[in-house]
Amino acid sequence: MRDAINTRKIMLHVIFALTPLTIFSLAIHGLAAFSVLLSCIGGALLGEFIMVSVRHLPFTLDDFSALLTGLLLALTMPPLLPWWIALVAGLVATILGKQMFGGIGHNMFNPALVGRAVVFVSWPGYFAAGYAKSAAIGLANTTAHKTIQGAVDVVNGATPLAAMKIVYDPAGAIGVPQGLHGSNYYGPLFLANPWGCIGEVSALLLILGGIYLIATRVIDWRIPVGYIASLAVLTAFTGRDPLFYALAGGLLIGAFFMATDYTTSPMSRRGKLVYAFGLGTTTWLLRLSSNYPEGVMFSILFMNALVPLIDRYVLPQPFSKPLAAEGDKEAEEALPA
Amino acid sequence: MGVALSLFSKVRGGVHPPGYKSFTEDKAIREIKASSTIFMPLQQHVGTQCAPRVKKGDEVRVGTVIGDSEAYVSAPIHSSVSGKVIQVAPHVHPTFGDVLSVLIENDEKYEIDPSVKAPGTWKDMDAGELRRGIRKAGIVGLGGAAFPTHVKLNPPREFAIDTVILNAVECEPYLTSDYRLLLEQPESLLEGLRIIMKVVGAAAGIIAIEDNKPEALKKMREVASANGFQVASLKTRYPQGAEKILIRSLLGRRVPEGGLPMHVGVIVNNVGTAHAIANYFSTGMPLIKRVVTVTGSPVSNPSNLMVPLGTTFENVIEACGGFKQEPNKVIMGGPMMGLAQFTLDVPVIKATSGILALSAAEAKYSVPTEPVCIRCARCVDSCPMGLNPSYLAAYAYHEKWEELERLRIDDCMECGCCTYGCPTKNPIVQLVKMGKVEMARRKARDEKTEEELASLKDKDKDKGGDRAGV
Repeated sequence: MRDAINTRKIMLHVIFALTPLTIFSLAIHGLAAFSVLLSCIGGALLGEFIMVSVRHLPFTLDDFSALLTGLLLALTMPPLLPWWIALVAGLVATILGKQMFGGIGHNMFNPALVGRAVVFVSWPGYFAAGYAKSAAIGLANTTAHKTIQGAVDVVNGATPLAAMKIVYDPAGAIGVPQGLHGSNYYGPLFLANPWGCIGEVSALLLILGGIYLIATRVIDWRIPVGYIASLAVLTAFTGRDPLFYALAGGLLIGAFFMATDYTTSPMSRRGKLVYAFGLGTTTWLLRLSSNYPEGVMFSILFMNALVPLIDRYVLPQPFSKPLAAEGDKEAEEALPA
Repeated sequence: MGVALSLFSKVRGGVHPPGYKSFTEDKAIREIKASSTIFMPLQQHVGTQCAPRVKKGDEVRVGTVIGDSEAYVSAPIHSSVSGKVIQVAPHVHPTFGDVLSVLIENDEKYEIDPSVKAPGTWKDMDAGELRRGIRKAGIVGLGGAAFPTHVKLNPPREFAIDTVILNAVECEPYLTSDYRLLLEQPESLLEGLRIIMKVVGAAAGIIAIEDNKPEALKKMREVASANGFQVASLKTRYPQGAEKILIRSLLGRRVPEGGLPMHVGVIVNNVGTAHAIANYFSTGMPLIKRVVTVTGSPVSNPSNLMVPLGTTFENVIEACGGFKQEPNKVIMGGPMMGLAQFTLDVPVIKATSGILALSAAEAKYSVPTEPVCIRCARCVDSCPMGLNPSYLAAYAYHEKWEELERLRIDDCMECGCCTYGCPTKNPIVQLVKMGKVEMARRKARDEKTEEELASLKDKDKDKGGDRAGV
C-alpha cells in the first residue's frame, strides 16, 4: 500500500509556491527578467537532457526537478543579467551541480547555487551591473522607494544591502544620507523591492510561499525558522538591525527554498536544527566581515558540505533508551516505573 | 466510564493511510465449514515447532491434540475437524515456505473429542493452573504475532505487572475482525480480560480502541462501565496498535529498546486472544478456529468469517463468492505488514487475521526496484521507532552490514510506514527485512566460527601445544 505522493507532485508544490513571486517579478522587471528566467530554465533542462543521454539513463526530465532548479536559479539572478550567462548558469547547475554527482538524490551541493556560484565568480562585473535602479510600476515607486533611491544614487551602492553595509560601517558613518537608514527599507523590502535579484521582489510573497510549503508538509519548518531566527538573534547581538537583515539579501529565498532542498539538507529533525543554526552563524559571519553583501549563497554551500557529517552523528531521536545490561544499576533506576 | 486520551495519544511519526474498513465493518461474523482436506502446519506460533502426535491412519476429532512440544516456548495444535489423518508431510505454509503439516480428511461430522470439557470455574484456579489451561488450549497471540500466550502471561517475578491492555486498536487498513468481536462478543472479551488480569496479578485493565470505531467504543463503554473497566479512545494513526506505541500513547511509558512491555509493568493482549481464553474456560474447546477478515476490491462478497484452522485460502475465498476480478496480489494480514502469498493452497493458521486481495491498480508498485532516494526524509519523520529507514535500506542494498547495527536496525518493527510515504516508491521495508536476515545469518555464522576456533584452541592446548606459555 503506497501513499499517492511522488517526486513530481512535490516539485509542483514548490513551483506553485514560487509562481506568484515570479509573476510579480516579471511585472516589475519586464522583458529582461523574462529572458533570464527562460535561459536559466532552458539551460537547466538542456544540461539534464545532455547528461541523461550521455549516461544512457531513463528520461528524468518529467520529474520536474531540473525545471525547479532552473526556476530557483533564475530567482537568484540580477534582473539585467545577460541571457548567455543565465544559460551557462543553468547548464552548470544541472551538469556540474547534480548529474556529475550521480543525479537526483546524490548531489552534495544545492545545484542552483552551484550554478550561481560558478557564474558569479566568473563574471562578477556583469553581476554588479545587473541590478536595477528602479521600477516603473506604482507599487515599487512609492515615496519610500524614491527616498532610498535618491540616497543610494548619492552613495553609488549596487544593492540596498551593500548600501546598508556602508551605513553600519563605523568608518564610513559620517556623511551618509538619512534615507539609507534601516527602517526606511521595511516597506519596500517587504512589498516591492526592485533593487535586488529577481526573487527578492517581495518578502511577503516569499513568506507566503514558504508557509504554503510548510502547511503542505513539503518542507520542515525547522530549517527556515531556525535559520532566520538564529541570524536575527546573532545580528541583534552585534548591534545590527535584525529585521532588515532578515528581509534583505536573498535570505528569505535561501531559507525557505534553497536550504530546504531535500538532498542537500540533513534527514533527522535534530540534524535540521543543527544545520539551520550553522547557516545562521555562517551567514551572519559573512555579512559582518566579507565584501559580499550576500552571504546566503556561500553559507548554504558551506553547510551543504557539512551535511554528511551532521547526518552521520546527529541521528534521529530513538523511541526509547536501550534495555540496561544486567548489573547496570544506574540505567535500571532510570527506567520508567 | 471511558478515558478519552485523544489529545495526548498522538503517535509520534506514523502515517494515516485510508482505512478501507467499509468493505466489511458492517458484516457480522459468519461461521464457515472447513475444507474437505485440512492442512494443519505444526508451526503456527513463535517458538519451537510441534512434533506430530498422530500418524497416518489415525482417527481424530474436533479438539484432538495433533501436535505438541516439550519446549517451553511452544503451544499444542488441535484438529479443527473430525476425520482420518491422511499423512504427516511437508506442506506449503503462508509464512515459512514448506512446513511439516498434518493432513486430515474431513468427514464433515465435526464430532468433538471426549477430552474437550470445561476445565471448571476459573475463579477458583490459581495463576499457574490458569496458565496451564491456556497452554493446553493451544492459545497464541491472535493479533498476528502468534506468540504462545502462556509464556507471555508468565513474566519473571521481578517485573510486576500493574496494567493489562486489551488491544482492539486494529490499526491495519481493511481488517475488521477485532472490530466485529467488539460489537458481537463484548462480554466474552471482558471475561478474557479478567482471566488475564488474574494470571498476571494486574490491578488495572484497559480496553484500547482507535477513534475510527465509534460504534465499538460506544458498545464497549456501555458493557465495560458496568464492570469497572476503562475503555480508552486512541487517535487513529498507523501503527497505533503496535504494542510499544500503544503503551506510550495510553500510559506514557516507553518500553526500552530490546525490551518487552513487562519491563514497564504492562501486558498487552489482542481481543481475539482474550475471546479464545474466555471460550476455553467456559467450554473447554481449544483454539481450533479464528475470525478472519476476507476483503479487497476483487472479492465478490467481502466478509468476516469464523474459519476452522487448516482451511485453505482457496476455500475461504470461495465462501465469499470467489473473485469477481483477477487479483494481482493476495496477502495474509493487512496491506502494511501482511505477507503476499504465491498460492491459495496455503491454510488458515492461528496467525491469519485477514486475507486481502488487491487489484492490479491497487498493487502498482509491487515489483521491487533499485532504490533512488531523494533524501526527502518522509521515512525518517514517519518512523515510530526513530530510525533512518532510508540509510538502513541503502546500506542493506549496498551490503554494508556493519553499519546496520550502528543505525539500530534491530529496533525496526517492520511496520512499513517508511515505504508507505516514499515518493520514489523505494522498497524500503523489504530491504530492511533483508538486511536484518542477512545480519542475523552473519552473526550466527561468526559465532559458530568463534566456537569452532575456541574448540580448536582447546584441542591444541590439550595436546600440549601451549609450550611457550607461562
